[in-house]
Amino acid sequence: MTQTKTTSHITKSDLAYDPGLNRNIFNNILTFTTAIFSFVSVLPLILVLSYVLIKGGSQINLSLITQLPEPPGDDLVSAGGIGNAILGTFIVTTIASIIAIPMGVGGGIYLAEYSNGGWFSRFIRFGTNVLSGVPSIIAGVCVYGVIVSTKIIFGANFSGIAGGIALSILMLPTVIKTTDEGLKLVSDDLRKGALGVGASKFITISRITLPTAFTPIATGIVLAIARAAGETAPLIFTALFSFYWPSGSQALFNPIASLSVLIYNFALEPYEAQNQLAWAASFVLVMLILLTNLFSRWLRNFTSINKS
Amino acid sequence: MTSGAEISYKQRRRPLTERLLDTGFKNLSVAMASMVAIILFGILIVVFWGSIESMGRYGLKFLITSDWNPVTDNYGAFTAIYGTIISSISSLIIAVPLGVGTAIFITENIIPEKISNLIGMMVELLAAIPSVVLGLWAIFVMEPFLRPFLTFLYKTLNWIPFLSTEPVGPAMAPAIIILVVMILPIITAISRDSLNQVPIQLREAAYGIGATRWSTILHVIVPAAISGIAGGVLLALGRAMGETMAVTMIIGNSNNFNWSILAPGNTIAAMLANQFGEADGSQVSSLMYAAFILMILTLGVNIFAQWMVRKLSLKY
Repeated sequence: MTQTKTTSHITKSDLAYDPGLNRNIFNNILTFTTAIFSFVSVLPLILVLSYVLIKGGSQINLSLITQLPEPPGDDLVSAGGIGNAILGTFIVTTIASIIAIPMGVGGGIYLAEYSNGGWFSRFIRFGTNVLSGVPSIIAGVCVYGVIVSTKIIFGANFSGIAGGIALSILMLPTVIKTTDEGLKLVSDDLRKGALGVGASKFITISRITLPTAFTPIATGIVLAIARAAGETAPLIFTALFSFYWPSGSQALFNPIASLSVLIYNFALEPYEAQNQLAWAASFVLVMLILLTNLFSRWLRNFTSINKS
Repeated sequence: MTSGAEISYKQRRRPLTERLLDTGFKNLSVAMASMVAIILFGILIVVFWGSIESMGRYGLKFLITSDWNPVTDNYGAFTAIYGTIISSISSLIIAVPLGVGTAIFITENIIPEKISNLIGMMVELLAAIPSVVLGLWAIFVMEPFLRPFLTFLYKTLNWIPFLSTEPVGPAMAPAIIILVVMILPIITAISRDSLNQVPIQLREAAYGIGATRWSTILHVIVPAAISGIAGGVLLALGRAMGETMAVTMIIGNSNNFNWSILAPGNTIAAMLANQFGEADGSQVSSLMYAAFILMILTLGVNIFAQWMVRKLSLKY
């Protein structure tokens, strides 16, 4: 029989924390469960990174980044290097950036500086969100249909240009969003001040608001570039792959190698030497992407310390 | 002299070049913003245009037949559609508790801020690992490691249709696990943001009336953040449906239909990655039709996500 205590019977020990209470047991169980969940969530990163570091990092030497990959064969001791793939990744990502950054920054400027919340700007914001959800393979299929199969760009079918265009479709929504959000952080007083002293809208944007919002925009763009560099799906049937250096005047209009496609192709080869090269390429790609990510973090922290 | 200067000061006419620059720049930015719409509609039109032939030939039967045979030129995408839906839903079922649990763990002052920031950063970095690298890891490390467990599952539970084949290598089950790894960062990051945005007063009020930490979390904080969490989950679902490389590398790319998740399967995205480069004739059109279905699925999920975030969001 439980006895109901009146106020006068409550002692100090009744108010103290009692781990035996049901609610406290329940609390501890849930806290423990989420701790396990967090551990499980962190585990894949540790495992993937350590395998890439060990299996890929052990093969890093100078010839890896200066030589060409060998075509698959059964009696190879070494599968060569990944020099052309590193160069190709830089080229394709640069093409994508040249297309996506001006377009995305321009679109972001429109959304943040010119639009007045009408149907057009709401539609563009909505479209940006939708475009960022489009599967990357669809971008590849689409570029294949429009550019590769029709040979619309100077008769080139599989080419670095086509690959760059496919990647730029993936970069565009990220660049627009970061520009839009970066510009929205700029205090309205700055705009009013600039317009008040007689600056035109163009001067206000190019001299005042854009430079003020440079850090968040640059951070977002760096992250978008890092993401594009790791993309494979849009490249496998637009840029294809090549076992040679991109060279000559036709370099951009021929199939071009990239690290991500090299990993995909060589991982599925039945030969040990090719698989090893895929690990080495993963190491280089992951290092490039992680360094870019850390750089963007540093950029963000560096400037936020300066401001405060 | 002074009066002249005063007048020109009052009525400073903007030079033609300045006005041209101004309107030109505005129109340029409008044009660039329109590119989003043009690209979006362009993708829809190209994929739809490419699939017209196959749509005319198979109609809706394409969705429910599982015969994919380039030799006899007969196509049905049920295997791939089943694979897309089953892999994305199963990965979501595993990833949502993990992701939301992690987000709660790192936002609710359970551990020192430095450690929770570190966990948050690590989960964010996981999102930065390219999917092709995860695929490579899945082929050579994860799948061999998982196989004994999957074999055990098969031996004990093979009366369940979903576990009715013996695991022999690439299959749907490891693809589901790698999808969990890929969507976990999205769910965690978005849940973390929405939990952080819950006003501190709600928390203080709940603690003030004697609620424990977890009754506060379950009855006050999570309901308040549910719009963001639900939006994040739906975005993750869209990502899981469209995820290509890691899945292609580990799912086995089988055109034969099988209920079992321990057997090789296929998804629409994996089928595209695998066959589109070498396809010709009506196979291209059928692949485009499959791509169109994938596009509609992901568009639907994404638009529903945006609608839901607006609908469910509480105003403070």
